[in-house]
Amino acid sequence: MMASSYKDEDGHITVSGSGAAAGGGGGSLRSKKPENTAFKQQRLPAWQPILTAGTVLPAFFIIGLMFIPIGIGLYVTSNNIKEFEVDYTGVEMSSPCFTCSQNFSWNSTKPCTCSVPFHLDQPYESNVFMYYGLSNFYQNHRRYVKSRDDSQLNGNEESLRKPSKECEPYAKHNNKPIAPCGAIANSMFNDSLELIYIDPNGTKVQIPLTATGIAWWTDKHVKFRNPGAENTNLTVVFQGTTRPVNWRRPVFQLDSDPDNNGFINEDFIVWMRTAALPTFRKLYRIIQRRSNVHPTLPRGNYSLEVVYNYPVRSFEGRKRMILSTISWMGGKNPFLGIAYVSVGSVCFLLGVLLLIIHHKYGNRNNAAEISH
Amino acid sequence: FEYKKNAIKTSKYNLFSFLPLNLFEQFSRLANAYFLFLLILQLIPQISAVPWFTTAVPLLIVLSVSGVKDANDDINRHKQDKQVNNRKVKVLIHGELREERWMNIQVGDIIKLESNQFVPADLLLLSSSEPLNLIYVETAELDGETNLKVKQALTVTGEMGDNMDDLSAFRGELRCEPPNNRLDKFKGTLTVDGQQHGVDNDKILLRGCTVRNTEWCFGLVIFAGSDTKLMQNSGRTTFKRTRIDQLMNILVLCIFGFLATICAIMTVGHAVWEVNEGSAFTAFLPRQSGVDIPLSSFYAFWSYVIVLNTVVPISLYVSVEMIRLGNSFFIDWDRKMYYPKKDTPAQARTTTLNEELGQIKYIFSDKTGTLTQNIMTFNKCSINGRNYGELCDFSGQRIEITENTERVDFSWNQLADPKFVFHDYSLLKTMKEGNLEAQAFFRLLALCHTVMPEEKKEGELNYQAQSPDEDALVTAARNFGFVFRSRTPESITVMEMGRKVTYELLAVLDFNNVRKRMSVIVRDPEGRMTLYCKGADTIIYERLHPSCSKLKDITTTHLNEYAGDGLRTLALAYKDLEKSYMERWLERHHEASTAIEGREDKLDVLYEDIETDLMGGVTTRDMILLGATAVEDKLQDGVPHTIEQLAKADIKIWVLTGDKQETAENIGYSCNMLREEMEIFVVTANTANEVKEELQKARRKMCPGSAEKPKVIKARAGLFWLQKTQTVPDETVNGEYGLIINGHSLAYALQEDLELELLRTACMCKTVICCRVTPLQKAMVVELVKKYKQAITLAIGDGANDVSMIKAAHIGVGISGQEGMQAVLSSDFSFAQFRYLQRLLLVHGRWSYIRMCKFLQYFFYKNFSYTLVHFWYGFFCGFSAQTVYDDWFITMYNMVYTATSVLALGLFDQDVNDRWSFRYPQLYSPGQLNTFFSKKTFVRCVMVSTYTSLVLFFIPWAAMQDSVRGDGKDVADYQSFALSTQTSLMIVVSAQQMFLDTFYWTAINQFFLWGSIAAYLAITFTFFSNGLFFVFTSSFPFIGTARNSLKQPNVWLTMFLTCLLCVLPTVAFRFLHMQLRPTITDKVRYKAREEGQPAPAPYRPPPRRVSTRRSSYAFSHSQGYGDLVTSRKFLRL
Repeated sequence: MMASSYKDEDGHITVSGSGAAAGGGGGSLRSKKPENTAFKQQRLPAWQPILTAGTVLPAFFIIGLMFIPIGIGLYVTSNNIKEFEVDYTGVEMSSPCFTCSQNFSWNSTKPCTCSVPFHLDQPYESNVFMYYGLSNFYQNHRRYVKSRDDSQLNGNEESLRKPSKECEPYAKHNNKPIAPCGAIANSMFNDSLELIYIDPNGTKVQIPLTATGIAWWTDKHVKFRNPGAENTNLTVVFQGTTRPVNWRRPVFQLDSDPDNNGFINEDFIVWMRTAALPTFRKLYRIIQRRSNVHPTLPRGNYSLEVVYNYPVRSFEGRKRMILSTISWMGGKNPFLGIAYVSVGSVCFLLGVLLLIIHHKYGNRNNAAEISH
Repeated sequence: FEYKKNAIKTSKYNLFSFLPLNLFEQFSRLANAYFLFLLILQLIPQISAVPWFTTAVPLLIVLSVSGVKDANDDINRHKQDKQVNNRKVKVLIHGELREERWMNIQVGDIIKLESNQFVPADLLLLSSSEPLNLIYVETAELDGETNLKVKQALTVTGEMGDNMDDLSAFRGELRCEPPNNRLDKFKGTLTVDGQQHGVDNDKILLRGCTVRNTEWCFGLVIFAGSDTKLMQNSGRTTFKRTRIDQLMNILVLCIFGFLATICAIMTVGHAVWEVNEGSAFTAFLPRQSGVDIPLSSFYAFWSYVIVLNTVVPISLYVSVEMIRLGNSFFIDWDRKMYYPKKDTPAQARTTTLNEELGQIKYIFSDKTGTLTQNIMTFNKCSINGRNYGELCDFSGQRIEITENTERVDFSWNQLADPKFVFHDYSLLKTMKEGNLEAQAFFRLLALCHTVMPEEKKEGELNYQAQSPDEDALVTAARNFGFVFRSRTPESITVMEMGRKVTYELLAVLDFNNVRKRMSVIVRDPEGRMTLYCKGADTIIYERLHPSCSKLKDITTTHLNEYAGDGLRTLALAYKDLEKSYMERWLERHHEASTAIEGREDKLDVLYEDIETDLMGGVTTRDMILLGATAVEDKLQDGVPHTIEQLAKADIKIWVLTGDKQETAENIGYSCNMLREEMEIFVVTANTANEVKEELQKARRKMCPGSAEKPKVIKARAGLFWLQKTQTVPDETVNGEYGLIINGHSLAYALQEDLELELLRTACMCKTVICCRVTPLQKAMVVELVKKYKQAITLAIGDGANDVSMIKAAHIGVGISGQEGMQAVLSSDFSFAQFRYLQRLLLVHGRWSYIRMCKFLQYFFYKNFSYTLVHFWYGFFCGFSAQTVYDDWFITMYNMVYTATSVLALGLFDQDVNDRWSFRYPQLYSPGQLNTFFSKKTFVRCVMVSTYTSLVLFFIPWAAMQDSVRGDGKDVADYQSFALSTQTSLMIVVSAQQMFLDTFYWTAINQFFLWGSIAAYLAITFTFFSNGLFFVFTSSFPFIGTARNSLKQPNVWLTMFLTCLLCVLPTVAFRFLHMQLRPTITDKVRYKAREEGQPAPAPYRPPPRRVSTRRSSYAFSHSQGYGDLVTSRKFLRL
């Protein structure tokens, strides 16, 4: 798109009559002659790009040539990411969690546990991220999305006592305000997952999992705050409120660490950041890299110890545990790489095609005189 | 019966009624009502998918913008009313005159008016300072005619003069018709002292007239204020809508249908989802109490109406109005449509029709004052066989007369009119030599007319002529030494070469259309009686003495030359009368003029007698030919060129004029609409059958193969397809033809059974001239074309007789010129010169059309792309009417983020600049064919935006699926998804416009575009910031999303891919289109880029025609003053 700017001088000869001449003369005889400004005369200098072969074709080639390497790079990066996924929903009879998934009740006091064995083919270097994934779970349903009270979660005392009506029907329970209120909080994922490494010689080693640093900084420090001043006893602060119906513990007992308790519990924060799509994964734990010599997760046999609390069978949902390493562009997702490569190639081909067409027809048409 | 006060009120609101009335008016517009309805829907919590402010804020902006505009208009009206109501006038109260404000005048008041005052109310004229109780008024504000009209008071009231006592003692009763809007009719009876006197229109002064040349006059108020005929006439003008407006309404309706359909789809989806998934999901998301699946589906329908309402964009109508207003300002501001001589800029009086200026297919033009200047100049004459007025060089070649040609110096003549221009010195020389024929020639011109002189100061003569031709002739005589100085009913005083001569005026044999001549009979101081006659050459020739035959031949050749130049010609002759004969004739004349029955017929016979000398039954032709005059009906500057340009733009021009056929034909030739090589059909028949035959004959000749039965395509269009349309397709003919039809034939041709015949024949011709048409017929012709051609019509005219046509056509253009303001007042656009039409259509019209079309396409594109994403998202969120974007984005998208740059597109875009537009008038034709915005382009636009929305949703969908941030944290959350989708949308929508739609990138466009993107980023970061979150926690839940997402490389990579995928196909398609089938615009743009500025068109001197047409007589004159100027004489004799 070539830049061609022009400035039109007022080439038309205007007959300056008595009226125009009076313009400069006196105030009383002001001429109605419009001002001669480029704006009013629509002569503003302008850039007038045209789609020409000289601009369009190179653009196509450049985009093509740029996209293919980017795509390949993305694809390779994505492929280098190690990811392991295990579905522990317990749909099949053979699945270890089948029993747990069958006898479920929200209020059962006895936790149901099951352990799912799996095998890692490759060692996982550097930090490993542990996710839980849910599918067919409509965290993006309109009524679900709005069923929260942000000012309560931000530590507003008034909202703590009087949750917004958006939270209905989880605003009050037994005439006590629910903290945190709303359907999102109520449905918080409450399976607990443990990783056990089974040594080749049979000893079980529990893998240490970090539960902090999994939420966005802004969420942890700005959006979510506990009510009351800092370092006050959460139990006191939350007095007079009740836990969400489905919860087993009140909000102030989510964690023993006071910096990870109450509304600023990171598991809770992660859950509260609702997913865009019905199939999603959320960061559960981080497995910190311990040394430079040993891989974080060596290859071998593992066992996933699940305290099975969260029911998904009723709506044909699935629960997964995902272990993944990370690159600069995030987790494993081959889509972008493939998309870039294919768009790049299409661009390049299109460029070739347009070039041929341009050579065959273009010159003829542009050179053609404009018929009168 | 209650009499109205004279105060007038044209304003609509006052301070208190403004808000309720204006709001009511605004909400009665469908679009605003719709958004009010949406707003109400959003207040219902079960339905509300988005917070109330997403609709309320835009609605408020829209309402306040139009509100401010309305208020401003109304304030202006208030000011105008106040100014008019506070004008002062002298009222007779208790025998003395007092100054009163107009608004305090009441019915029954007696008012004194002086020269140049406006008449404040409808008055009955009582008395005046002029003899015979005459007064002169100008009716420019009423009907636009600037020539003076004569009103005459009743004798019974006129006798009172300016005697205050008599006037205040005046008692009488006036019974008249109730107030109405007919300007030319008035009926009433005045009873004074038991005697009844008829009162007709001649005795009434209407509000809005101006008193001229009358020292004073008294009038009795009969109608005041809103009862006056002026106010009764100023009814609401019919609201004109453009074709794009209509299309827009249809499209909006279609969009409503579309909206209902997709909402229904979503509802069904919602029901299915609720049955299959939702009922199972109740553990986590319980149903609202009392809401079962059907009810919740019902809610979902309305929720989706709210979410998807943006397909019907709220700001569309406001933006369209703003663009039109802006483009109207550009018309007002255009210096190249400014006429310095009159200090009149062009004016867009209606600001809602701009884009239609780019679609004109037919132009109906008036002749006088529009194509011509309505200035007659005495150009040439033939005296006693010698031709004057032409300049020849030494070799005998004619020289072009230009502005710089030396003018004849008339300074020897004290009384000469300085404005008179003549270039041939030889005539003056002849006069000074004392040539008798030349003197007789000018004596005739000085005597034989009905002009009224006005000499306010010694030597400053001013002529009030009824027709400009007469003025030109008398002025010519004046400058050549025969100065018509003054007239009384019995005499005419002429300065003959400095010598004062008073002629006794014995009779004026006035002009009429049958006689085609006028004569005067005068007695000179020596007692000789002479009849001077001027008229059509054919008529005069019949009455010439045989001795003139040689002179007649020479004069005829001259007349032919004049006709070839398109001049109006008159032949002059005189005859000496014998005393005895004259006495007898005068006696008979007296008898005839006092006869009660058949007075006019008898007078006609008498006139005929004396001019042809039929005394005793033997025709003795004894008039002596003096010569001939040629008056130029001056064309306005640049008319032929403009007509040629418009013809190149495939616009058909029809001339509709009240003038005679000959005059109209003359003008047709002189402005190149008719050419020698054209075959011209003239339809002047007197019965319907003859008209039909002539039309058919013409049609068969032009297009022998055409079907006898006209083909009428009937279709339905408009809102709900209620409107029936009939279209007669264009038929192509070989060769160029012209059609001239006169008003009489037109009356038949416009009847229902013949109108199609007329239309077909007329549309085959290159040029159509209708002459002798009435104002109503003008409108009927326009209506006919409107009805059967479905094309946009434009009517241009300057006089009151063009008003009906101007109102009937899609676009009316008024020439603010000679004949006053009436045409301008009812027009949509006005300027001073016909040639500006070229610029109005080919530049402003074309640009407006292109801008509007681009704007609309772009507008629908951006709204559909934006809205349909919600549709796709519906499939992934359980059809729950969850929006994809952040609420604030929804609020701002139409009003802030995308409003300004698209406005800049609609205001500043040009495909090529004005010079190239003139160089290639063909660029105009896409507008006529409706190519740039039609249902087809709309569908294409919807398809493109569907594609865009698919890309916008599914690329982020695929890329975000299961993805995490570079530090392993979540990024596939709803808020990040919303942010990346809306950012991509912003970029796509801007890029689409940036690289593809805008042809003309001014700094303002750039500023608005980059400004919008910058505003988007700034507002987004602000709304997602900590500060706002702490203040309004629940309104800004997106805290931190921008910071967290926009530093992720994969988010950017996704957005980049999305944008590119949206834009690339369009680029490829357009490029391909330009390569394979470039449009005329593409070609000219390419050429413009190669060459910069167009080469100036070579100057072509206007071709000199050698006319073989028989000279035609032309005289724009109707019967008039003749009676008046001699009235007292006839009374006395």
